[in-house]
Amino acid sequence: VSTLVLAEHRGDKLGGDTLSTITAAKALGGEISVLLTGQNVLPAAKHASTLQGIGQVLTADDAAFEKGTAERLAALLVAVQKRRSFTHIAAPSSSFGRDLLPRAAALLDAQPASDVTEVIDAETFVRPIYAGNAMQTFRFPAEGPRLFTVRSSAFPAAPEEASSSAQIEEISQEELAAAKELETGSEWVGQDVSTSERPELGSAKVVISGGRALKSAENFHMLYDLADQLGGAVGASRAAVDAGFCPNDMQVGQTGKVVAPDLYIAVGVSGAIQHLAGMKDSKCIVAINTDPDCPIFQVADYGLVMDLFEAIPALGKEIQKVGK
Amino acid sequence: MKRILVAVKRVIDYNARIRVKADKSGVETTNVKMSMNPFCEIAVEEALRLKEKKLAEEVVAVSLGPKACQDQIRTAMAMGADRGIHVLTDTELQPLAVAKLLAKIAERESPDMFMLGKQAIDDDCNQTGQMLAALLSWPQATFASKVEVEAGDERRAVVTREVDGGLQTLRLRLPAVVTTDLRLNEPRYATLPNIMKAKKKPIQQLTPQDLGVDMAPRLQTVKVEEPLKRKGGIIVSSVEELVDKLRNEAKVL
Repeated sequence: VSTLVLAEHRGDKLGGDTLSTITAAKALGGEISVLLTGQNVLPAAKHASTLQGIGQVLTADDAAFEKGTAERLAALLVAVQKRRSFTHIAAPSSSFGRDLLPRAAALLDAQPASDVTEVIDAETFVRPIYAGNAMQTFRFPAEGPRLFTVRSSAFPAAPEEASSSAQIEEISQEELAAAKELETGSEWVGQDVSTSERPELGSAKVVISGGRALKSAENFHMLYDLADQLGGAVGASRAAVDAGFCPNDMQVGQTGKVVAPDLYIAVGVSGAIQHLAGMKDSKCIVAINTDPDCPIFQVADYGLVMDLFEAIPALGKEIQKVGK
Repeated sequence: MKRILVAVKRVIDYNARIRVKADKSGVETTNVKMSMNPFCEIAVEEALRLKEKKLAEEVVAVSLGPKACQDQIRTAMAMGADRGIHVLTDTELQPLAVAKLLAKIAERESPDMFMLGKQAIDDDCNQTGQMLAALLSWPQATFASKVEVEAGDERRAVVTREVDGGLQTLRLRLPAVVTTDLRLNEPRYATLPNIMKAKKKPIQQLTPQDLGVDMAPRLQTVKVEEPLKRKGGIIVSSVEELVDKLRNEAKVL
């Protein structure tokens, strides 16, 4: 077993999703190599080399990969795989990994697996299907390579280790040539990364979601205020999105974002199946609703049967009182 | 653009309850309401809007699978697609096989754009569009939240994508593959007259043999199980009690 982990990095560190992917790769046994792509990746490569269990760090350090679109990076991955023949290739199940890995897999004539949540052995894995309403255990075919993406909330981050210093190898220009020269047909125009003070819905430790019972877009401000107090993000049920209270990208559920924060507070959300599918892996769930029979209470650790227009301001005051 | 192909998948309706089969071989699909995958509906809608802006001449809906998939092709045609293509097969299709079949259809139809939902809500793979683009050596824009086609002879599309933490914009040479995310649009409902009209629109039926594709599943399902159930919680009587529990019992505040 030899695994290549495709890394995402920001500045001088690997991303959190990549650290979880390394932990999943470790569960396979065998040697782990990490591949970093972009320009001036040495600081992040050094970070990778200090992580527990890394055998080798490969860098494709070239301007051509700095704004690398999936077309070019998939070609690179194929070139690296053809020369080095890893048994497994893993990537985080981030927008980066989900965009790139299937493209590379098709070029290698391999059927990849998405969103792995458990490694049983080097060929047997578990992943959620139907938005986590069922768990599928599956086996890869005997011939590799086996490509998969990893759901980061299912694996802890790989720790640094003082004694660890994996070798860093710069991939030769010859090996990079085909990917560098590829006529991709895709041009990177720009990126608008959210500058919001609020954390991103997908990775926030606290998520407060509102349902149709909020009654209006204005009333969602109550939730923003509480979220800001707790350093959290705000989500919404599909019903609230359909009613026009908030935009689509706030939707938590089977057809929206799947979240698993430490604390999820569902406010005026009835708990339709498609909403539960998007949040039921949260560590602690709080439901606030006037109807004691609604299904959200069946998944909640703490339920509060109360009018949300009284409960939310009171909750804000009480949290402030006890000091968060 | 002359033609947009749109892939539509038949899946268990997003509102239906998912029941795992007793023998753990999969999920129960008999007597369960089936619908078009919601992300595919968004893809159909976007293709129709491009056509309505006179940026495309024809929209063709493609589905693969058993005979009943024609329902979803009819739905796409009732929304406004001009015709349909159905590849009839009862074999389990995994994304690589789907991508290979769609690539063959693309070779026959020469579309300027192939639109797909970013993922299907049954297997949640989120792979087919990327794999199709790879097999055709076309550029790809996944998770699209805005699609614009540039006028003129240059044949380019500018696509805004939902990426972690924000938005990214790509400019693609056509033909290209675009996969759709939730924010792109709100699909229309088919009206009764259009449902009636759709019955007269043509569906071309093909077999995998016509297309000469190896469809054998690569991943083997060992078992499908219910996820771990959450333990039942408690009802608290006041905001004060809730905050106390969150601080001292759950330790999340």
